[in-house]
Amino acid sequence: MPNLDAAFSALADPTRRAILARLALGETTVMELAEPFEMTQPAISRHLKVLEGAGLILRRVEGTKRPCRLAPAAVTEIDQWLAMLRQALSANYNRLDDVLAAMKTEE
Amino acid sequence: MSKMTLKTEGDTHVVVTRHFAAAPEAVFRAHTEPALIQKWLLGPDGWTMPVCINEARPGGKIRYEWTNGEAGFYLTGEYLELVPFSRLVHVERMHMPDATPDNHVETSFAPDGAGTLMTMRMTLPDAATRTAMLSSGMEHGMEASYARLETTLKS
Repeated sequence: MPNLDAAFSALADPTRRAILARLALGETTVMELAEPFEMTQPAISRHLKVLEGAGLILRRVEGTKRPCRLAPAAVTEIDQWLAMLRQALSANYNRLDDVLAAMKTEE
Repeated sequence: MSKMTLKTEGDTHVVVTRHFAAAPEAVFRAHTEPALIQKWLLGPDGWTMPVCINEARPGGKIRYEWTNGEAGFYLTGEYLELVPFSRLVHVERMHMPDATPDNHVETSFAPDGAGTLMTMRMTLPDAATRTAMLSSGMEHGMEASYARLETTLKS
């Protein structure tokens, strides 16, 4: 279980969310990650360090490379994103039910 | 039982459906008349929408501004197509304050028994944008749940 505070502050950054989205497609190297983001490798490495510290990614050593992949816990986090969006939208639509009921009464 | 469904479709779509116990005309109006929109399109508890511009005609502008008294953000958009009481097509983006990539949204309102079935189909430019959008939804939702939890714990 990743540290929730660390996970949320890691997820607050759009670049780190985009990195997670890329890793959802499979394991990759820092070099491959840096390319679409137009960022230097050290900059990407710093983001990866935050994600690793939050328990959202796992890295292994392969010669001089350290390929990274999504941690199983991060997959659960992504599922939770959907659940939370569902909750926020549900709150809106429950309010809309009340608005519609009031419109009916006014008629 | 939840009346709403939310699912991803392919790499770039998010589809939301919801049944309402009112005629399509009423549901359509609640999506296009500012005075009505301001009553429900608020997200988590504690947020209000002091500015609501919705020019319901093709090419018309949309601007929603939300605040919780401390922080705030806004959304801008343009209508592409409107079929009264049955269909809305628009593009929108959030400004937080940087603009997010355009979200293309098609909303349909179909008679469903005595009420309406709303289907909202969002199309994002790519999979990474969709993930980012879903994650910002999460952050908002989390805030609401934490606030509710706080209330529950206090009572």
